[in-house]
Amino acid sequence: MPATKLSRTAAHDPRVFDLDHQSLRELNQALHNLAPGSNETAWEVLNPKGSHSVAVGVDQPVAIDVRGSVGYYCGGMNSGSTITVHGSAGPGVGENMMSGSITIKGDASQYAGATGKGGLLVIEGNASSRCGISMKGIDIVVYGNIGHMSAFMAQSGNLVVLGDAGDALGDSIYEARLFVRGKVDSLGADCIAKEMRPEHLELLQGLLDRAGVTGFKPSEFKRYGSARTLYNFNIDNADAY
Amino acid sequence: MTYKNPPTTPRKSATFDDYTLSEIRRAAATGIYDIRGGGAKRKLPHFDDLLFLGASISRYPLEGYRERCDTSVVLGSRHAKKPIELKIPITIAGMSFGSLSGPAKEALGRGATLAGTSTTTGDGGMTEEERGHSKQLVYQYLPSRYGMNPRDLRRADAIEVVVGQGAKPGGGGMLLGQKISDRVAEMRTLPKGIDQRSASRHPDWTGPDDLEIKILELREITDWEKPIYVKVGGARPYYDTALAVKAGADVVVVDGMQGGTAATQEVFIENVGQPTLACIRPAVQALQDLGMHRKVQLIVSGGIRNGADVAKALALGVDAVSIGTAALVALGDNDPRWEAEYNELGTTAGAYDDWHEGRDPAGITTQDPELMKRLDPIAAGRRLANFLKVMTLEAQTIARACGKNSLHNLEPEDLVALTIEAAAMAGVPLAGTNWIPGKNGF
Repeated sequence: MPATKLSRTAAHDPRVFDLDHQSLRELNQALHNLAPGSNETAWEVLNPKGSHSVAVGVDQPVAIDVRGSVGYYCGGMNSGSTITVHGSAGPGVGENMMSGSITIKGDASQYAGATGKGGLLVIEGNASSRCGISMKGIDIVVYGNIGHMSAFMAQSGNLVVLGDAGDALGDSIYEARLFVRGKVDSLGADCIAKEMRPEHLELLQGLLDRAGVTGFKPSEFKRYGSARTLYNFNIDNADAY
Repeated sequence: MTYKNPPTTPRKSATFDDYTLSEIRRAAATGIYDIRGGGAKRKLPHFDDLLFLGASISRYPLEGYRERCDTSVVLGSRHAKKPIELKIPITIAGMSFGSLSGPAKEALGRGATLAGTSTTTGDGGMTEEERGHSKQLVYQYLPSRYGMNPRDLRRADAIEVVVGQGAKPGGGGMLLGQKISDRVAEMRTLPKGIDQRSASRHPDWTGPDDLEIKILELREITDWEKPIYVKVGGARPYYDTALAVKAGADVVVVDGMQGGTAATQEVFIENVGQPTLACIRPAVQALQDLGMHRKVQLIVSGGIRNGADVAKALALGVDAVSIGTAALVALGDNDPRWEAEYNELGTTAGAYDDWHEGRDPAGITTQDPELMKRLDPIAAGRRLANFLKVMTLEAQTIARACGKNSLHNLEPEDLVALTIEAAAMAGVPLAGTNWIPGKNGF
């Protein structure tokens, strides 16, 4: 990513953390120390250089701009904050997110948004395999493509993909909704293409709006979801596994 | 008078015994594998195969009712700012709300708290019943992540990353449709009435290097306050323990194959994993080889039934044990008072293990509101506390007889084995000999 011009520096502003000189522990502790209603609502993280667990467990409605790429679990269990990564993200970005939003300007590695319960995860590049695995209410919008086994055992929430999806999309899916604009290499067990009814077009338009996507119509997407044939075990379905 | 040849007595096959035949017929009729709760029921080398030597001329005992024998243990002192301090080295194992009723979870919390120990959530999230009634509550971090949230992480007293359990190392949770009530469905974000089969692997990490990063994340979220346990089934206890330590665990929990489950396949329970006795010495050895014995605490579970089992596990180098099945029995599970109803279900008190069906006469492994009422959480909690105190007294009795003023001073030297198998597994001499199979050169 190109270097971003900074308006503040860590030396002068306690809300700017330079991970070249300050520890991850100091950063997360400062974010956790925020009281409800704090006026310290704008935070910046410099030189993340692939650090893991950047801004995890934040539970206040603050904005956090991360200037560079992060390692595993950035924004994990986020509750209410708005995190923007001006770079790419390693595995498990936004895992188990409860609310708020995370935007990745670059690409995301495996398990993006895994088990997320709520909030919005936007990946402006591509996402790797297992995007939205076991998602439980989160909304995920990927501008590019997603890898194989995405939305595996996805329970609830929405996954929107402007590009293509890899193999075994939505394997063993429960009630999550998947919207893919491009091609799907293959569908996983019990995942089927479904009719795009007016309420789905409306839902999808809302998701695209929230994710800042313009120039695409909901009618360009196909909807996928559970056939619900594996919800109760039947020996005659054993070949599906 | 006609002479009749003497007949031979009808002889049943040891290989195709009555149970095996019944299972073949059941499978043929239903087309589905047998699912049940509990742990391995087959005969296994166990703590019964070990004996304490007691005191003699070379060792002198402590007075049974006069000299102190410490039972306390601190768990999680390696990294956590707030380690768990327990009065007794017997904890309550993870059991889910969903598999157990709300009142049963409350009773476990009440009993553990009265006895000065911790209890543990399960594959279904944290309920108010158990948080409210448990002074010290361990919050399980499971592959399914049902109900997982940062608020509960922070109000837990410790976090247990569950990699596996003894009844089914390599298997995920199972909760069948009968028990997915509205409340259970909501907590798990699942449709009501479906057969829930949890994943067997964590969704966002694989292998020991990832686990290290995952533990870092959990520590960062909780500001390094909570002890982090890693629980494994009794698969490869030496390597699993070593890798958990390497990944940064404060506490390693090893669950042998007698450890119970709410529900899984019978074939899994009886054929995968190692007996508890076989897991202890390799796990202790791993800690000793790393110089981490007593620094990273070891909890062992699976078939712990009384104070003698506790004392034997501790003598082999364990820091604490965990009980599940025995705790449920103390609450009232499989009580003969419900025999007529067990008979109606085609079983008998002591053998009832169809916990997944949700029709538990004792009202423990059910979500049926009428059956749940049968368990009084206050009285059941008292029974559990009594049982925990008896186990502790029994272990102290043995420790004093071995001249130990702390349960943790018991050592392998205090033990002998009754069988060659147990001697080899526990690494203690066969009784009457100085032979430890696999050591001493042969």
